[in-house]
Amino acid sequence: MSKQINVALIGNPNTGKTSVFNALTGLNQKVGNYPGITVEKKEGICKLPRGVKAHILDLPGTYSLNATSLDENVVIELLLNKNDKDFPDVAVVVADVENLKRNLLLFTQIKDLGIPTILVINMADRMRRKGITLDVTLMEERLKTRIALVSTRKGEGIDTIKDLICDYKHLSTEPCLNASLIDPEYFNGLRRAFPNHDLYKLWLVITQDVNFVNLDRQLVADTSSFSTHSKSALKRLQQKETIMRYQFINGVLKEGYAVDINVAKGFRATLDRLLTHKVWGYLIFFMILMVIFQAIYDWSSYPMDFIDEMFASLSEWVKATLPAGAFTNLVAEGIVPGLGGIVIFIPQIAFLFLFIAILEETGYMSRVVFLMDRVMRRFGLSGKSVVPLISGTACAIPAVMATRNIENWKERLITILVTPFTTCSARLPVYLIIIALVIPNTRVLGMNLQGLTLMLLYLLGFGMAVFSAWVLNKILKIKSRSFFVVEMPNYKLPLFKNVAITVVEKTKSFVFGAGKIILAISIILWFLASNGPSDTFDVAEERVAEQVDVQGMTPAEFSNKVSAYKLQESYIGIMGKAIEPVILPLGYDWKIGIAVISSFAAREVFVGTLATIYSVGSDEEETIKKRMQAEVNPVTGEALFNLASGISLLLFYAFAMQCMSTLAVVKKETNSWKWPVIQLVFMSVFAYVVALIAYQLLK
Amino acid sequence: MRYTIADLKRGQKAVIKHVDTDELPIKLLEMGCLPGNEVELIQFAPFQDPMYLNINGSYLAIRRETALQVEIQPIEQNPGL
Repeated sequence: MSKQINVALIGNPNTGKTSVFNALTGLNQKVGNYPGITVEKKEGICKLPRGVKAHILDLPGTYSLNATSLDENVVIELLLNKNDKDFPDVAVVVADVENLKRNLLLFTQIKDLGIPTILVINMADRMRRKGITLDVTLMEERLKTRIALVSTRKGEGIDTIKDLICDYKHLSTEPCLNASLIDPEYFNGLRRAFPNHDLYKLWLVITQDVNFVNLDRQLVADTSSFSTHSKSALKRLQQKETIMRYQFINGVLKEGYAVDINVAKGFRATLDRLLTHKVWGYLIFFMILMVIFQAIYDWSSYPMDFIDEMFASLSEWVKATLPAGAFTNLVAEGIVPGLGGIVIFIPQIAFLFLFIAILEETGYMSRVVFLMDRVMRRFGLSGKSVVPLISGTACAIPAVMATRNIENWKERLITILVTPFTTCSARLPVYLIIIALVIPNTRVLGMNLQGLTLMLLYLLGFGMAVFSAWVLNKILKIKSRSFFVVEMPNYKLPLFKNVAITVVEKTKSFVFGAGKIILAISIILWFLASNGPSDTFDVAEERVAEQVDVQGMTPAEFSNKVSAYKLQESYIGIMGKAIEPVILPLGYDWKIGIAVISSFAAREVFVGTLATIYSVGSDEEETIKKRMQAEVNPVTGEALFNLASGISLLLFYAFAMQCMSTLAVVKKETNSWKWPVIQLVFMSVFAYVVALIAYQLLK
Repeated sequence: MRYTIADLKRGQKAVIKHVDTDELPIKLLEMGCLPGNEVELIQFAPFQDPMYLNINGSYLAIRRETALQVEIQPIEQNPGL
């Protein structure tokens, strides 16, 4: 068997590079991470003619080899490291036929690295509509490459790419631009100092802020045989290089490319006038948001109820089928509910990513960024923070990951830090049950008071996110240049295949990434709740029998009493009692304390924990509610869940950082424990203080 | 008088005269924001910030503070030549 051909897929964002990747590999792809960083690594296998296989690596989209973000660094690091196992035998550069001029800039840079390069001109089906004509033969000759005209939408030209990859050995490796023309004197010095190195590669190493394996930057800086330039002098040379590249490209396009301008404009301009309008633009955005919320909260409740029931009956089934014992309990009470806690979020996450993928694919997301940037900047955020903040209403984990395309570090950090304030779906079950308990079901000004409270809590979460962003913006002393450049791509109909693959991949990465942590914590919590010091815990049955009148009790009632006793004496019960003095001023007793602690796995665990504590023995919401209503505060003798303690709980859950998984993702994205720890302390202390004030004022 | 992209009106075109490389990201230059290229203002967001431009055939949005760093030569509405 012959060796696989290593192919790197490179291109500007919005050129349909991912569509080409999907067309080449189909579902034969996997998504992972580059070692040590959270940049997504997409690779796949493509079957070529004559039994040859190609390993296709879909590199992050980049405008040039001058990297400005972590994602872009990956591209240049790979292309400059011949020893990397993914180093391409052939580079496939994807360009959009409507933006050829700009897309070719990256092409000439790749070509100058001496890597065999194929040019894919995508969206060829739009050529006639846009009045574009191309002389492919002439362009191939001038660019010293082979060109594939492709339409992923119609599935045309993919075989041409495959054939060209097969024949990669016949591709020219001649550069497009002679790098030393940028500044002959400087480059002559370079050549004398490093006679064995390629000049263009050296130039890239000097101008980039990337760690290179092969060549030490310090080496370049220390070599005195040529004069190093100042940063701004280097940047002027980079500008000169860019101008020279465009001169070359313009020369090629002048002969090989023509646009009939009268045909080209129209649709885009009309749609832009509407979607970026200072009134209609915001109104349309607001309406789209409403639809997304509707989907996340309303439509997804059907599959979620179904999943909930499925796992509940699975748990019952395990208990009934497997022989009783510690292992069965672990499966039935730890693992199955733990898995259920992950799977139940799939509908919401899938809906959210469906909408985000559609908005991105159509090109609309850039218009939102444009509309919102000024407003968001007032609070130290960026227009690009809108997507994470919207995503945060489903789950903070994917939301934090969605901050990656914010170039400005300070704006990105603030976005990451405040996103967990937005009301994520895990808070919803907690809100619902407490609202049902303490807020009267009456109408105020024609609105249902309970619904109004829920809406207020959402606004509160969002308002707090924005407010703390504003505070952080004042406090944080991080110097970072604002490099806000957003491409406004053409409007396109989303490709079903691309959207579907995105939804499947993102959901999978949530289930397997965050899911692992949620499952682990669920198991730990189960252990803490079902074990305790042996002298009191193991004799639960006897103790309960001593304490209460067993006579006239059904066996079910008795076993409920026993599990309530066990929980009280378990490790987690001991922890709950230990923190009782701290939470008493908030109006909570030790049982709520336990629920609050276990909420750190996932907030929605609150309801289930209370169900266990109050020994209801069923997750039936009505039953838990009745039981909670009957609960009495040991100090005041009044109902435990009254307006004061209810509001205090709602506020605590609105503000506290109770999600280990989010903390883990923040750690990964900020590369330090500092920020997640600050987040945990700040949010939780703030939540405590607010809940304290609320309870003390209302009681 | 020094004109910059920030002085453009909606639908107005100009030619880029000078680009302050120290102040601007290289990414912007690579998207075509270079001396000699044409720039057209498509739309502003409220408070005229950010600005939505067509530079050399590339459609992009930049903030006003960035736009102030790019000097332009307005194209006369009526060249009269």
